[in-house]
Amino acid sequence: MKHTSEELAWLIRRHGVEMTHLSGGSHLGAILSVADVVATLYTDVMHYDPKNPKWEGRDRFILSKGHAGASIYAALAESGFFPVEELKTHYQNGSRLSGHVSHHLPGVDFSTGSLGHGMSAAAGIAYALKKDGRKELSFVVVGDGECNEGSVWEAALFANHFRLNNLCVIVDHNHMQSLDFNENTLEIEDFASKWKAFGWNVIEINGNNHQEIKAAFKKFEEYSNTEPHKPTVIIANTVKGYGIPFMQNDILWHYRFPHDGWEYDCAVNELHKIKPSGVEDPYTPNGIENPVLPTGKDDIYNDHTFSYTWKTTYPEKMRRVDAKIGTTEKVHNV
Amino acid sequence: MRDTFVRTLVQLAKEDKRIELVTGDLGFGVLKPFWEQCPDQFTNAGIAEQNMTSVAAGMALTGKNVFTYSIGNFPTLRCLEQVRNDCAYHKANVKVVCIGGGFVYGSLGMSHQATEDIAILRALPDVVVLAPADLVEAEECTKALAKYEGTAYLRLGRGGEKRIHDHIDNFQIGKAIKVHDGEKVAIFSTGAIFEEIRITEDVLKERDIIPAVYTFPTVKPIDKETILECATKFDLIATCEEHNYIGGFGSAVAEVLAELPQHARLLRVGLHDEYSVRVGNQHYLREQYGLDGESIAKQILANI
Repeated sequence: MKHTSEELAWLIRRHGVEMTHLSGGSHLGAILSVADVVATLYTDVMHYDPKNPKWEGRDRFILSKGHAGASIYAALAESGFFPVEELKTHYQNGSRLSGHVSHHLPGVDFSTGSLGHGMSAAAGIAYALKKDGRKELSFVVVGDGECNEGSVWEAALFANHFRLNNLCVIVDHNHMQSLDFNENTLEIEDFASKWKAFGWNVIEINGNNHQEIKAAFKKFEEYSNTEPHKPTVIIANTVKGYGIPFMQNDILWHYRFPHDGWEYDCAVNELHKIKPSGVEDPYTPNGIENPVLPTGKDDIYNDHTFSYTWKTTYPEKMRRVDAKIGTTEKVHNV
Repeated sequence: MRDTFVRTLVQLAKEDKRIELVTGDLGFGVLKPFWEQCPDQFTNAGIAEQNMTSVAAGMALTGKNVFTYSIGNFPTLRCLEQVRNDCAYHKANVKVVCIGGGFVYGSLGMSHQATEDIAILRALPDVVVLAPADLVEAEECTKALAKYEGTAYLRLGRGGEKRIHDHIDNFQIGKAIKVHDGEKVAIFSTGAIFEEIRITEDVLKERDIIPAVYTFPTVKPIDKETILECATKFDLIATCEEHNYIGGFGSAVAEVLAELPQHARLLRVGLHDEYSVRVGNQHYLREQYGLDGESIAKQILANI
């Protein structure tokens, strides 16, 4: 059954919650932030054939931030590459669904997991396609924390130099990485200017808004057909944990899985509040009746970042960025 | 050796348009024949080996047969994880070519000396490791790699190596080459250090010892058959490599021998687990670290 991008994004989120819940898996926050971009790629952008995953005419896709692998697995299963039922085997002994993306699965071209590899590989694919005059496109999703890796910028130089206008990089700019906000780790703003300085077409959008995502991919398609031959980056400003308010902008959910009790019950019910009407929840069709609720003792609405508790005795003038909980707004303390 | 490699690759690339040569901004004066004769199959990826190697993997997965080219440790250690995850794990058709295995870049210093590369690359599953001994082997290795589907490492010398073999019949990846028969002692050599073995043989001959001599252009997969055959036929097997004696060619031979109930004594000639801190040319450094022909002979004589 063909889904709309909104439906598929919701299903990715719902599968993500279930898969991490069942497996004790990590990185739900990233799965939730990138779900809308991944869904749109599979419903509205890429050419592929689930019955013939190695079809020569397919567009190529790499999830370079391999830790959000569950998002791809869910998208592939819902797009007909393998049974949805198999998603439950995520992380399990004997499964094909490793925590990080594996190419031993139909529909996956490239395994990732170590950051800073995927963009170069996608550039290599785009380069080979271009050399052979082929019209397939090469897409790659990278993380914003991943852009700490020097190899990302090696690839940025390469892709511009070789005028890879068939390459589209999407940065899932959820503003958080392993221990903290990007800006409290290695300052990356002005992010768009950096890409522009490397010679790229830069499109900045709200990466959780489907209209904006679709418009960005349309723009890329135009860029890929016009002079000058430049690669395109879509900086998708997203929110880590998007869709489940108590997970948003909280680095805890980069690691923690929804445990039995209020965490799982409330995650499911939060998703049901935003469920598109045309989609069915395969696990809890009507949400959870009588959910367990958090108490005052539960550690909730705290972003759990490193810089909250890191107090040096030497003077340092690093700029601090705090989250304003529940919004995408940031508080800048100089 | 590098000129032989380039000349051979030019011929192969003219016949097979899938072949691509990607350099990490090295090969001045060396790669010119390739980019002049096969311009559409040549890329300078700049001084960015990590990107070069993953780009090569992406190209290979899109139908290309890619040779990446750089010197010393740059195409291997600098981008080891890219070789592992992106090339080898995907069985991508990427042939990593290193110019300057061992002490080739002698006076340039430790950074440029590739003396652990065989051990490290050999530890990666699905990576074939080749180290030709002379120009004839270099040509055969290049031809074999152009046909081989998968990831491989080709460790070359630089220039000035000789043609030692007249010709090689039926060269195969994974097969050692018997140079000649002998008694009591078998010398196994990999890579360009083979040129020293001539001198070793002269010294041994003065003591009436005629060793059997084999070259191993393939370190992985190691030629077990030849090792098994020699294990019972000789009293001593001496392995020679311009490389640390831990983890490299000598270790590969030791792994096979150690599993046998009875076998010849093993002498591993190599760099004794140290970095080269001395300054000098390749020959000087071989002398300093006991890897020249006479030193090899002395070590053999001390062990029989």
